[in-house]
Order: sequence, then C-alpha cells, then structure tokens
Amino acid sequence: MGLVIKGGHLIDPAHGVDGKKDLFVDDAGFVAGVGKAPAGFKAGKTIEARGRIVCPGLVDLRARLREPGLEHKATIESEVRAAVAAGITTLCCPPDTYPVIDTPAMAQMIQSRAWRFELAFIHPLGALTQGLEGKRLTDMEALDEAGCVGFTNALAPITDTLVLRRAMEYAATLDLTVFLHAEDPWLRNSGCVHEGESGTRLGLPGIPEAAETVAVARDLALIEQTGCRAHFCGLSSARAVAMLAEAQKQGLPVSADVTAHHLHLTEHDIGDFNTQCHVRPPLRGSQDRKGLRKALKTGVIGAICSDHQPHEPDAKLAPFAQSEPGISGLGTLLPLTLRLVDEKLLTLPEAIALLTHKPAEIIGVDTGHLGVGATADICLFDPEARWILTEDKLVSRGHNTPFQGQEFRGRITHTLIGGKLVFNLDSAN
Amino acid sequence: MTAVVDIETAMARMVEQLHPMLKRRPLMVGIHTGGVWVAERLHTMLELAEPLGTLDISFYRDDFTRIGMNPQVRTSHLPVNVEDRHLILVDDVLHTGRTIRAALNEIFDYGRPASVALACLIERGGRELPIEPQVVGEHVKLGKNQHVKLLGPEKLELRIQEVNG
Amino acid sequence: MKPGLQFDDAGRLRHLLTIEGLSRQTILEILDTAESFLSVGEREIKKVPLLRGKTVVNLFFESSTRTRTTFEIAAKRLSADVINLNVSVSSTSKGETLLDTIRNLEAMHTDLFVVRHAESGAAHMIARHLPAHAHIINAGDGRHAHPTQGLLDVFTIRRYKGEFNKLKVAIVGDILHSRVARSQIHALNALGVAELRVIAPKTLLPTAVEKLGVRPYTRMEEGLDGVDVIMMLRLQRERMQGALIPSEQEYFNLYGLTPEKLALTAKDAIVMHPGPMNRGLEIDSAVADGPQSVILPQVTYGIAVRMAVMALIMGGSAEPAGGRR
Repeated sequence: MGLVIKGGHLIDPAHGVDGKKDLFVDDAGFVAGVGKAPAGFKAGKTIEARGRIVCPGLVDLRARLREPGLEHKATIESEVRAAVAAGITTLCCPPDTYPVIDTPAMAQMIQSRAWRFELAFIHPLGALTQGLEGKRLTDMEALDEAGCVGFTNALAPITDTLVLRRAMEYAATLDLTVFLHAEDPWLRNSGCVHEGESGTRLGLPGIPEAAETVAVARDLALIEQTGCRAHFCGLSSARAVAMLAEAQKQGLPVSADVTAHHLHLTEHDIGDFNTQCHVRPPLRGSQDRKGLRKALKTGVIGAICSDHQPHEPDAKLAPFAQSEPGISGLGTLLPLTLRLVDEKLLTLPEAIALLTHKPAEIIGVDTGHLGVGATADICLFDPEARWILTEDKLVSRGHNTPFQGQEFRGRITHTLIGGKLVFNLDSAN
Repeated sequence: MTAVVDIETAMARMVEQLHPMLKRRPLMVGIHTGGVWVAERLHTMLELAEPLGTLDISFYRDDFTRIGMNPQVRTSHLPVNVEDRHLILVDDVLHTGRTIRAALNEIFDYGRPASVALACLIERGGRELPIEPQVVGEHVKLGKNQHVKLLGPEKLELRIQEVNG
Repeated sequence: MKPGLQFDDAGRLRHLLTIEGLSRQTILEILDTAESFLSVGEREIKKVPLLRGKTVVNLFFESSTRTRTTFEIAAKRLSADVINLNVSVSSTSKGETLLDTIRNLEAMHTDLFVVRHAESGAAHMIARHLPAHAHIINAGDGRHAHPTQGLLDVFTIRRYKGEFNKLKVAIVGDILHSRVARSQIHALNALGVAELRVIAPKTLLPTAVEKLGVRPYTRMEEGLDGVDVIMMLRLQRERMQGALIPSEQEYFNLYGLTPEKLALTAKDAIVMHPGPMNRGLEIDSAVADGPQSVILPQVTYGIAVRMAVMALIMGGSAEPAGGRR
C-alpha cells in the first residue's frame, strides 16, 4: 500500500519541478509518481499537504553529533531526532570524534548506530590523516568502502604542505573528494573573533582574513597541481570566495559551502561578548557577508550547511575566548535559508536546491531529489507559519544558538525517510 | 509660601546668644549648603579671626544605602586643626538631628574638639535623635508633611513647602 | 541605544565594566565625586563610613599588587570590609570554575566584587550571573578594559589641564594588547578631546583602530607634534617573543620617551604612565622623574577615583535623591 502526499506545492529543483503536484510513494519507500498516480497505485495513507511546500529531505554537509567521545554534549540518537524535526534527512559528520573516524570500523559503527533509530541517514567523512595528526595518510579506499563520502582533516591543520599534497594526490588516484577547512594555523594563532572592528573594541585576539585567504591560495595551488577534487568547508570571507570563483572559472574541480549563520550574522552580533556568536571560522564583516551571499546567488558556493555543533551549557559559560566555538544549527538551517528568500536574495527553488540536490552532488550520494525511483526522503513545511525560536522548540540537546528569541517564517511539519513518517509537528507538540 | 520668619531678626538673635561663647575663641563650622550660608553671615557679624570651616556630610549619611550618593558632593574643609578647640557647628534647619549626628562623626575624624555647640537658624521639632541646639534663631511649628528650605546664598529666604505622602 | 549590562532599569550605574557607553555626564559625576574624596586622604582619620558593614572582595585571577592595593585602600577608606583573593590561573583555566568561585563568594553575601582576569569579557560574564544586590567593578579584563585606570587618567588630566575640548592627547605604546589604552580612548572621546592619537609600530596597533575614534601614527616625530598630554603604556617584555618587536634597544630608540622626543610636544605637556614603568624600555628616567611627569599623582588620584566609583555604584536603590535632614 502506497502513500500519497496530496495538495501540496512540490518543489524539486533537480527536476525543475515547482508547482502544485501530488507525490506518490510506493510501499518500498521510493517515489512512484509525480503529479499523477502510476498505473495500479493504491494509496493506503494520505498526507494532506494543502498550503505546504513539499520538497526533498534536506542534506546537511556538516553536523557534529558528538558521539562517540563527547556524549555529554549530544548523542547520535538525540541529534538524528533533531535533524528530522528540522527536515534534514541526510547529514555528514566530520571525523573529529573520539576516537577519530580513521578506520572502517569507526565509519561503520557510526552509520549502524544511526540506522538503529531509523531516522536521518548519516554519512561520515573519513579522516584525511591518521588521528588527524597531519602526518600519515589513512586507508582511504577502505574508508570509502565503509561509507565515507569524503575525506578531511576537519579543523586540525595539516601544516606540512607535503603531506597535504600527497593526501590530495592519493585521493585523486581513488577519485575521492577532499574537504578542506581553510585556516592558516599561524595566522589564526590564539584568535577567536574576526580581526576587525569588534575584536579591536572588545580586546579579543583576532583571526585575520588572511588566515583564510593564505590557506585557500595554498590549497588551490595544490589542487591544480594534483588534480584532486576538493570542497571548501564554511568559507567566511569575501576575498576567499572571490579566489574560489576565479579557480572555478579556470576549471578547477572545487566546490564550497557556507554555514547558514555566516549568511546572517557579522562580527557586530557579538555585542558585549555574546559567546553564542563564538564560531570558527569567525563571523566577519558586513562586506564579507555580502560577498558570501553574492557567491550563493552566482553558484560559486553550492551548499548551505548548519555546521551543527551542540554544546552543554557550561561550554558557553566562560569568558569569550575560553568558551567553545560552535552553534547548535540543525533547527535553524531551513528557517535561516528561507530568510534569504524573504530578503529576495534567492527564489524558493534556488534556496531549496542549496539544501538538497546540490549538497547531495558534492558528496556523490543519490538523494536530495524526488524523481521517480528516488528514495522518498521528503520534508513538508508551512512557508507562512511564523514562530519564535524558544528553548522548548530546540530538539537538539545543544541549546547554544544566538537565534533564540528571534522570529522565523516557515516551519517543518512533516519529515519522511524512505516513505516513512519520522516527524510530524502535530504529534510532536 | 514664604514663612513669617524674619531672617535678619533671627540672625540677630543668634549673634546675641553666641556672644558669651566668644571668650573661648571658638572655631565656626557650617554644614553644606544652607548651614554654610548662615555661618558665613554669623562669621562676619561676630568678626571671628580664624577662617570658617565647612562640612559636607554626604559621606556620613545614614541613608546612603537607600538614596545613594548626592551627585553634588562638596568638599569638607576644616582649615584649622580642631584638636582641643571649642567648635560652633552651624546649620540652617534642625529637624530629625540626623545631619548633626553625621556632622559630629565627621568632625571627630578630623580630631578631638574640646566641645561642640550647635547653632541653628530654624528649630522645627521632629527630633529622632537626642540632639538639642544651644543657639536658635527661631522656633517654627511645622506639620509632618511640611518641608522647610533655606534659599540663598545672595539673599537668604525661607520657603515652606507642602510635600505629599 | 540599550543602556547595557552596567546600568539598572532606571539607568543608574550598578557595575563598572567598561567606560564605553558611559555618558560625559556620568564620567564627570565620577570625577567630581572623586574630587571630594581626595580630601579624605589628607585627614587625620582617612576614613568615611559610607560602606560600613559592606563586604568587598578583591578577586584577582591575574596578580597585580599595585592595582589590588589601591582598590583595597579605597574600600577601606570607605569603611568596607575587604577580602583579597588571589586565584591562581592554573586552577581556573575553565570558565565554569570562575562562575563557581563567584557563586561560592556570593553565598558569603559579598556586596562588591573587584575582578581582574586575564580574559577579555570575564567581568561581563560575571555581571550576567550576579544576583541583583551584588555589584562588580572590572579591575582589568584581558585586553578589553580597565575602566578605573581610564577614569583616574582623565581625572589627572583635568586636574592639570582643565577643559578637555582644547587638548591634543597621544597614547604611546602597545595599543594592541592594552586594556588601559581602550579605556583611555573611550573616556577621552566621551569627554570630547580635540584630538586623540595613538602611536605604535604596526605590529602593536590593532586592526581598524581608527574605528575607536583615534588617529593612528607609526612615528613618534609626527605623533607627538604639539600634543598636550602623553600617555605612555607599559610594554610587556614577553612581546619580544611573538615577533612583535625586534629588541628592547630598537623599541626604545623608536618609541621610548626621551627628553628629545618630549621636546616635540607642547611646552607644558604632561607625561603619564599607568605603571609599573619599564625605565629604559618605554620611558627614559629623565622624563619619568622630570618636571612634566605626573605619574606619582596618578597613583594618589587612583584611590580617590576608585572610592568614587565604589560609592556611586553601591549607593542607593532606585529611589530619587533628596532625603531627610
């Protein structure tokens, strides 16, 4: 017996769908028909979707689940629950867990633990070097086999350029994507905010824009040399994005994502030491935010991610530099992206594309679209619903967000994984 | 409303009462703000040789924790050592006695005087402390919700106001 | 503009965290009050009973005998009970320990915390978690602010120079790491100095420093030209390590205040320093001990200014002033 999602406005950017269409899901959990029922389709269940947007489940390129190793902050169970409540059906977790995801066993363990809950799909990113120490390469082929969709050293720098070059060459050999965090560790030094007006005013050590551009320049030179496919994570400065655009124009196989919060906040949101705005890379100036938004519009940046980093309350109860960086971002990924539609930067299909099939293409996973035969990972949201982000609406165990108290428009009402309803706002309340 | 008190008459009365004290070579000290105005006049009328002292009792008030700092604190200034001297402390209006208590405390932080006499232009009753004046210009009967204020410094004038509550 | 963390709902100053955001009027009120307290230090009994029965805790996470002592004297002259706590940084590298320390002291009914901490924003964080009755004075947080130092500096300038609106002032030295400089800048701008300059090599000038309302100079010859007030900063010797300056010798040659460089300023310019001085590194002894130096009066005024701040933030609830006689 199949399922029909009826009366909704279907947006599936991968297939250019944007209109009022019913969606039919077969009993195996795949899309069986779009707009009209396939022959012999029998609807056992119906989800009434009038006034709702129906779109592919969201794909988040970077979310830390804190398990294993930091279960006092969050667990796989708590965070996949938060993911589906936010319409996210696929997420990538960086390898900087404890222990590090540098063995196939670790990669498999995380996926199998996630799958026990039958909620969101987790795709691990494998470590680029063993223990993220920046010295020896990992068994990338075995990790790839174990489900890793990319390789990265996360926030741990590879200071030895030769190691990075070889890691890229090896990844290119196996046709794997390397995920890069562009941050020169020496220029970053002990910095915790953008080196600019706010940091100067607050007397907080700054991270100059050059910490990012120097690293991007080095990485681009190595990408060109090695021919490796690379993805820049969370670029923060307008200048770095301009360098990326230039490299893309020259045909280098490089992509990039941006975090939802860097598209909205600047260094000035730190105010008087608001540790909720302590993120890495840091929030930069308004010109940088403008540059990031422009790159989103022109397609230089191909995905918006949450860069979800849930924390226990004490992690933020410290003097700014000693507080832990990161925002609990799953719950605001869609609402913050929809704000860009309200602010006329993006059309709704463009916004949804940046959260669905485009990030899916970056990790090479067949998801983020609703063509016939696709896995029915779907989310429904009410684009007009206005709501205020209060503590009780945070599903993630991490309540660390600078957006608390803000009003948003657009709210997830249903999430389906493989055709199965895993979140329903009505029953969640 | 202006009071029926004639300042000049009251002042003359004070001078008369102060005269017998002069043989002890007293130092005169006025309490900011009105007390200083009164003391300046008495100082001239009595032709005292040594300079007038002034006290701002803001730092000694017992209601500091309730009402906070007076934004216009003036400096206390006792130009002559008070040790073993006879003092005449001058204020404009004697009411609860709390200002005098604070002033005495402050004086003793400068040294140990031989004696302190209290001279006030207006005595209005309502004492909350066992403090009585030796020299009084005028006794005035006032209700609880009446407030008396000395205006100056060019021309001294008494004003009685009704205060609510 | 929002009144901010250091004011209560009625707009009265309850904590002193930073000079930024204080109005000219508030600063002048503090300076005027300090004038009255100055005389207290000259009396036989150097004490007034304003804070009798109040407990002041000097909570120093970063050692500084001088600053702690002046706060201690100020509190004692106001008749408060003073407890000094030097908390070694190693035992509180975590912020939660910092809050735990404060909560413990709170349970002892502390009325005022004077806090020095190596991290910028520590005082703000503590202020957010204090109960309503308790107050905090920031005695220096990281590179951010040292508001009582800034206030005593402008108090000193007013005593020697009078009106601010005709003055050219130069702050010289390690602006980048200096909480003193930031507080001086906010105070001097609020009081409306005619011109405010900072002089340092580029390695010791923060990015976008002009956004603070100062004109940056990198050469003493240009920056000192015609100034009325020179405010020297202390150079931490460990700055030599981070490739910020090459050597003490070269720094002194370029930025040390010598009689020759002092000659570039206005004839009656005054020289200030927050102490402790590195003679021969940022300042020549001939200048430090010379007739234009007001470095020792700064220390004396520091006590009166700290008394004024304590008295102003701790006095009164939101009731209107006036009271009984």
